Amino acid sequence: MESKTDQHLFENFKSELKREKKVVFIWQISILISFIALWEIASKLYWIDPLLFSSPSKIVNLIITKFGDGSMITHVQVTLFETVLGFLIGTILGIIIASTLWSSTRFSKIMDPYLVIMNAMPKVALGPIIIVALGTGYLSIITMGAIISVIITTLVVYSAFNEVDPNYEKVLKSFGATRWQCFKEAVFPATFPAMISTLKVNVGLSWVGIIVGEFLVSKQGLGYLIIYGFQVFDFTLVMASLVLIAIFAAIMYKIVERIEGWLIKHTI
Amino acid sequence: MSFLTLDHVSHHYFSKSGYTKALDNISLSIKEGEFIALLGPSGCGKSTILSIIAGIMKQTAGKVLLQDKTISDSDLAIGYMLQQDYLFPWKTIIDNVMLGPKICKTNSVKTKEKAMDLLDEVGLCDVADAYPSSLSGGMRQRVALVRTLINDPKVLLLDEPFSALDYQTKLKLEDLVSQLLKTYYKTTILVTHDIGEAIAMSDRIYIMDANPGSIAKVFEVPLELRNETPFLVRRHPKYQLIFDKVWEELDKKAQEGGALK
Ligand SMILES: Nc1ncnc2c1ncn2[C@@H]1O[C@H](COP(=O)(O)OP(=O)(O)OP(=O)(O)O)[C@@H](O)[C@H]1O
Ligand SMILES: [Mg+2]
Repeated sequence: MESKTDQHLFENFKSELKREKKVVFIWQISILISFIALWEIASKLYWIDPLLFSSPSKIVNLIITKFGDGSMITHVQVTLFETVLGFLIGTILGIIIASTLWSSTRFSKIMDPYLVIMNAMPKVALGPIIIVALGTGYLSIITMGAIISVIITTLVVYSAFNEVDPNYEKVLKSFGATRWQCFKEAVFPATFPAMISTLKVNVGLSWVGIIVGEFLVSKQGLGYLIIYGFQVFDFTLVMASLVLIAIFAAIMYKIVERIEGWLIKHTI
Repeated sequence: MSFLTLDHVSHHYFSKSGYTKALDNISLSIKEGEFIALLGPSGCGKSTILSIIAGIMKQTAGKVLLQDKTISDSDLAIGYMLQQDYLFPWKTIIDNVMLGPKICKTNSVKTKEKAMDLLDEVGLCDVADAYPSSLSGGMRQRVALVRTLINDPKVLLLDEPFSALDYQTKLKLEDLVSQLLKTYYKTTILVTHDIGEAIAMSDRIYIMDANPGSIAKVFEVPLELRNETPFLVRRHPKYQLIFDKVWEELDKKAQEGGALK
């Protein structure tokens, strides 16, 4: 008898949750639809200049034709390739630098002011120098994507290393562990959640670096399309590129979120 | 022959704003196979002594010798069970226990079997694949004990190993540990706040003084009590006698401390 009412209460709770989820979803969809509809109408009725602000229907048409004739696919591929690579290099390099800093306290003290300056510096301002040094190819753009996330990753991961409870190291030292063993068994795994949380931040940062890089040099990619569209006054192209960037950035973010969940489940 | 010797050991903790003298001129010597207990008020430096013997910290003055060698030169395994369990939350129970063999590279099927046997002995073999977060405080403490024993250390340093256990489990585990240590002829230092536990398990009791930490008095546990199991010691007629003496000493310390403030 009692368990029946318990079950009943639980069912109620679950359906309440479901209902709440539905309401939120309906709101989200309606905001999106009304935004697009309003934009379309405003453009059709010349409330806004359709030449500057384009319209959803034109953007969709453009995207479909450009994908149809294959000319868009290369641009998307190039940008995605650069972003993923920049993201990976930035993150992994940041973790490696943080580890070297941890390996020598004196080294980290010496490097401290330089890291602070490099972190405060707006990395995209280095763009021209990178291009001069590395040429106008992919290499420069990927470097832009990596450089923008590498310093912040280093700082976040290094400070996480230092916050690990020293008693874990004590346990290991009582078994006679070396500093490297302490790092491998305690410090690195204990900071794994912190490293994973930098991933999400770095996805966003890498997009900034890559798009700015493409603004500056490239002949291909979504960033290039934005600049090109701007120069030939084709704002539908600019908007279409923006929409694609938004979609792919969101997809990448979601994938990283999935990987994050998986890593946390399988390592902690 | 002395197995483990502390010769006029002092220790200071330094920080930017000043220093604390945690230990002042501690001298003691322990024979192989002996079991001694450290008893004293909170903050008198008990954990500090253990950390120094374990080689985790270096004393600021004096000498610590293990079989006439300094701790860093000696290659005898020392098992140190810290005051809190510090199980690694990202490792399963069995992996936590196997940490010692992994560090010392003696990891094998045999050590794993031994780990399972030891877990079985403390009643935990069915949680071997669980994570520490799903264990109670007492269970975690038992795992930490097994982790300390797995490398077969000749010297054991136990920092309040039974503090998170219920009374019954504690008595049972005292018996188990005491018997294990006697059979394998281990040298042990036990830190505890429980006078009864100190008497029941050890051969000698050092009462410590705080500010700075020093040894105030030493009590020999009567021979009749040493060979009994901890559970039976508590019922022995002589138990109450020595309990009262230790109590009196600690009480005196507490009152002196109170009078000073
Ligand atoms: N890392 C540290 N830095 C500075 N001072 C410390 C540090 N660890 C301990 N101390 C100081 O040294 C003294 C002795 O500390 P210790 O931990 O050895 O005491 P204890 O006898 O183990 O106490 P308890 O019974 O509470 O565990 C205390 O006064 C404490 O404040
Ligand atoms: Mg202590």
